[in-house]
Amino acid sequence: MNLSHLKQIDPYCWSLPLPAGEDRAPVRLYGSEPLLATMDDKVLEQIANVARLPGLVGAAMTMPDAHWGYGFPIGGVAAFDADQGGIISAGGVGFDISCGIRFLRSNLTLDDIAPELSRLADQLYRDIPAGVGEEGKLKLSPDELDRVMEQGAQWALDRGHGVKDDLPYIEEHGRMAGAVPGSVSPLAKKRQRGEMGTLGSGNHYLEVQVVEKIYDPVAAAAFGLHQGQVVVSIHCGSRGLGHQIGTDYLVSLAKAASRLGIRLPDRELACAPIKSPEGQEYLGAMNAAINVALANRQLLTHLARQAFAHVIDGAELETVYDVSHNTCKLETHPVDGKKRHLYIHRKGATRAFPPGHPAIPERYREAGQPVIIGGSMGTGSYVLAGLAGNPAYASASHGAGRAMSRNQALKHWHGRELIDQLKHQGILIRTRSMRGAAEEAPGAYKDVDLVAEATEKAGLAKRVAFLRPKACVKG
Amino acid sequence: MPPAYDFFDHDADIGIVGRGATLEAAFEAAAEAMFSIMADPATLGREAHVAFAFEEGDGELALVTWLNRLLAEARSNGLMLSAFKLERDGDRWQGEAWGTPWAPHTEGGVEVKGATLTMLSVKETGGQWEARCVVDV
Repeated sequence: MNLSHLKQIDPYCWSLPLPAGEDRAPVRLYGSEPLLATMDDKVLEQIANVARLPGLVGAAMTMPDAHWGYGFPIGGVAAFDADQGGIISAGGVGFDISCGIRFLRSNLTLDDIAPELSRLADQLYRDIPAGVGEEGKLKLSPDELDRVMEQGAQWALDRGHGVKDDLPYIEEHGRMAGAVPGSVSPLAKKRQRGEMGTLGSGNHYLEVQVVEKIYDPVAAAAFGLHQGQVVVSIHCGSRGLGHQIGTDYLVSLAKAASRLGIRLPDRELACAPIKSPEGQEYLGAMNAAINVALANRQLLTHLARQAFAHVIDGAELETVYDVSHNTCKLETHPVDGKKRHLYIHRKGATRAFPPGHPAIPERYREAGQPVIIGGSMGTGSYVLAGLAGNPAYASASHGAGRAMSRNQALKHWHGRELIDQLKHQGILIRTRSMRGAAEEAPGAYKDVDLVAEATEKAGLAKRVAFLRPKACVKG
Repeated sequence: MPPAYDFFDHDADIGIVGRGATLEAAFEAAAEAMFSIMADPATLGREAHVAFAFEEGDGELALVTWLNRLLAEARSNGLMLSAFKLERDGDRWQGEAWGTPWAPHTEGGVEVKGATLTMLSVKETGGQWEARCVVDV
């Protein structure tokens, strides 16, 4: 990104000055100079387009891991007021609705699993359906899928796939209100039939990690984390149902926008006023997809528990937290000293409520909401905690963010060689896609350390712990 | 002569390009590009068949609709598709595709979630049609 276009507000916050005669809201980019310098100029173009949407409150923002997406940039955050003509955008949520991370802590240390790591990786690989075309054991009828869309993770629990203590540690207690299965097309339901309890592909993964470094001992203790502890991250979303909802509404909202008098700077920002019938229909469908994602990660958590218990006697996995990073949710935020009810789009951005927020489980309330920055399979991930005074509607980074396109990555790395290299580094990869492994090469991502540091220094969330990967099932 | 299908760079996802002597041929080539991301077409049979129709007056949105219908048909029927046929009569499009049931535990590529409106373009230059967009993976 050409930084000469930007005005630096502080070392971790930048604005895009408004040219004379141009009508848009402010733009804020969070991140350090090195991170912004590596971002594509398209990020700037895309977030400036978001700033032109009606009903935007405050600034359109990007997180430190931002990269070029479709419609919104990945790492984009924007708040809209329904009473001021604010919109909801399918392009502001994305295809993988409620993609997110379920983060689990174990009662094991690295020493406990080291002798069995290969067996554990193999067992997880056998038990977790992952990759192109792989289906789960559950085949759901349309009626049963309607119940998933209404009940979320609770649906999985009621059928024995989880424990009661999972629910308080999932956003929305595992069940998103306002889901309308009737707003979901029959094709979306058909597409999901065999996809419950599957990981998917691309950047999705199940990773066994070890807590390597503690930054904040008090918050770490609240989250039940300690150095040397084995933990698990499951990164996936709403699978085919969410993809089809994204598909259906991207085109229908793109057409509706012009009919409703909205001038779209980019058709990919397909949107409708929140209060319009079209906006409400998408909102109901999107909420249904959020519940499918929450149920899906609950099913995968259950499969991971079974695999661990099969390999290691007495192994237990507890949910630390489940965070989504592709959503639009109604939240209350202070704006100019007043509480406002706003629809917060987070596309590739994690919610990061501050200490004391009522939506945070009581156990974590003093520490702040757990935030997970999922890194690449060869580097590591971070656990952070929400901060008071977050300037981005309680939002933070969600991952390392790509630094190189998938096509470029394929020219740089070969899947098998990469997997062998990682094995020499003590990281076991299990995948059916050598292409996928190459595209997800650690070198294709930004430096996750820089992203986590910038996230903290921008006041978005504070670092709690660093997690080193040990075994990874890739889709 | 450029290849019938090709790819272009995008940070998070993958750009696909289909080319042909007709609009329909370019769309078919774009479908080949998209499915080749998920599996090697040379390894796929043609024993399974799907057919569907849709209406769309906007040529660019027709490309996105065509690609997304193929994805939905493939996933909901457990297929991987490798050959495509598209016919147009005004705003009405009739699509067909052939492929093979996806065998579990087969080595695959990367799943495509959907075709997007990003970098979406359908144009004719010198008698050659080109259709392109970014697909989300």
